[in-house]
Amino acid sequence: MSEKHLSSQFDSDLNSVSSQLMEMGGLVETQIQRAMQALAIFSVTLADEVIQVEDRVDGMEVAIDRALTSTVARRQPAARDLRLLLAVSKITTNLERAGDEAQKIARKVKSIVENGEARDMPIGDLRLSADLASSLVRRSLDAFARLDVAAAISIVKEDDLIDREFKGFTRKLITYMVEDPRTISESLDLLFIAKAVERIGDHAKNIAEYVIYITWGMDVRHRPLAEVEAALRENQADDGPS
Amino acid sequence: MTIMTDTPASAPASPPKMSVRNLDFHYGKFHALKDINLDIPGNQVTAFIGPSGCGKSTLLRAFNRMFELYPDQRATGEILLDGENLLTSKQDVALIRARIGMVFQKPTPFPMSIFDNIAFGVKLFEKLSQVDLEERVEWALKKAALWDEVKEKLFQGGASLSGGQQQRLCIARCIAIRPELLLFDEPCSALDPISTARIEELIAELKKDYTVVIVTHNMQQAARVSDYTAYMYLGDLVEFGETEQMFFKPNRRETEDYITGRFG
Repeated sequence: MSEKHLSSQFDSDLNSVSSQLMEMGGLVETQIQRAMQALAIFSVTLADEVIQVEDRVDGMEVAIDRALTSTVARRQPAARDLRLLLAVSKITTNLERAGDEAQKIARKVKSIVENGEARDMPIGDLRLSADLASSLVRRSLDAFARLDVAAAISIVKEDDLIDREFKGFTRKLITYMVEDPRTISESLDLLFIAKAVERIGDHAKNIAEYVIYITWGMDVRHRPLAEVEAALRENQADDGPS
Repeated sequence: MTIMTDTPASAPASPPKMSVRNLDFHYGKFHALKDINLDIPGNQVTAFIGPSGCGKSTLLRAFNRMFELYPDQRATGEILLDGENLLTSKQDVALIRARIGMVFQKPTPFPMSIFDNIAFGVKLFEKLSQVDLEERVEWALKKAALWDEVKEKLFQGGASLSGGQQQRLCIARCIAIRPELLLFDEPCSALDPISTARIEELIAELKKDYTVVIVTHNMQQAARVSDYTAYMYLGDLVEFGETEQMFFKPNRRETEDYITGRFG
């Protein structure tokens, strides 16, 4: 089996698109981590940094889309090349949105600091979910780089965990608000941040689903996880898909 | 999860018009086709792709026994048209070629008028009155989307037409004798993009009435015009399946490498 195209220019176009995507992913991951740090220490400086990076992320999304359009127009890609390019286009959208969520968190941190609101809220729980979400983004990009379906499936699973954490956190905030209505304003801010974290997890999950799409040509969106896992077992038994 | 199961090299859903069973083909000592088995579905377009020398044109020439025009070429196995084996000696070769028309890479108009180019074949197989013959010629030219361009000059030489028009004239000539199957061997390789688009449009139209088989080097053309695609390599049928799947997620790595240009 030959990994290279007859046209080395085509190879370098595809490689370049993939590495741009990884670079964009690195930026978004930093944004997420920095946003959560900003929340942990209520730092307006860090929050501002997150907001500033957003323009670069947007610029990369546009640049990658332009490269994709050009490759599709010139090469008429088929089979796995086609799946890769379609998936990259969707992955950039998800990364850009994950970056948006980080930016939302940063803006919320700024408003919390600027309004001088109380800081004795359950931020610890939020950090846990945020760390998990940020690691899912990183791992989804690793799975993309290695086209690792097993890793992608475990990311899809772990996103469920973030969703459950989010529900638990919401219940906790409700308890706070019921006990002391003076915390309603801060609680709503935290709820907003928790929702952003939960969305970041969803974007990582979407990216993982596109890794499965590239590798197997199978669209697993909105399909039960058990079905996807069964397919994985079937493929491992068959010595992997062609 | 049909997309991932390893389907056999044949078995489309529509009923087969032509079935190939255990077909082997030799040019002298050279084994050009190796145990080919496939079903060509009726009223669909089936494309054969593969690098030069893979046997796709040989297979096409076996379908209407064109190879018999050359010494030292022999086919064994079965080629069934509606269940009837075409390779047995009792079959009338001329009749087979009337049932299975063929269009070649380069347009091959006869050195006669446009009208006679079409009437010639018809007269070989049918005794029609002049009125019926004229009707048939008009019908064939209309089917081949050429009528409007030539109706004013039916008695001019066929060679006076452009390359694309000549190719449509050859298609009209084929259709005029009302075949069941149409074989196209690289029908557009000598044509410009506009004429190519016309022929492709015509192929899509023709499949309503005929079963079409096309051999092409142009993979995008196979992707555009066909319902089923077969990938051949070194005399083997590597994979045969629905075109959409063949170009999106073929089952075999060899097919994917060829389709994506990784073949080397």
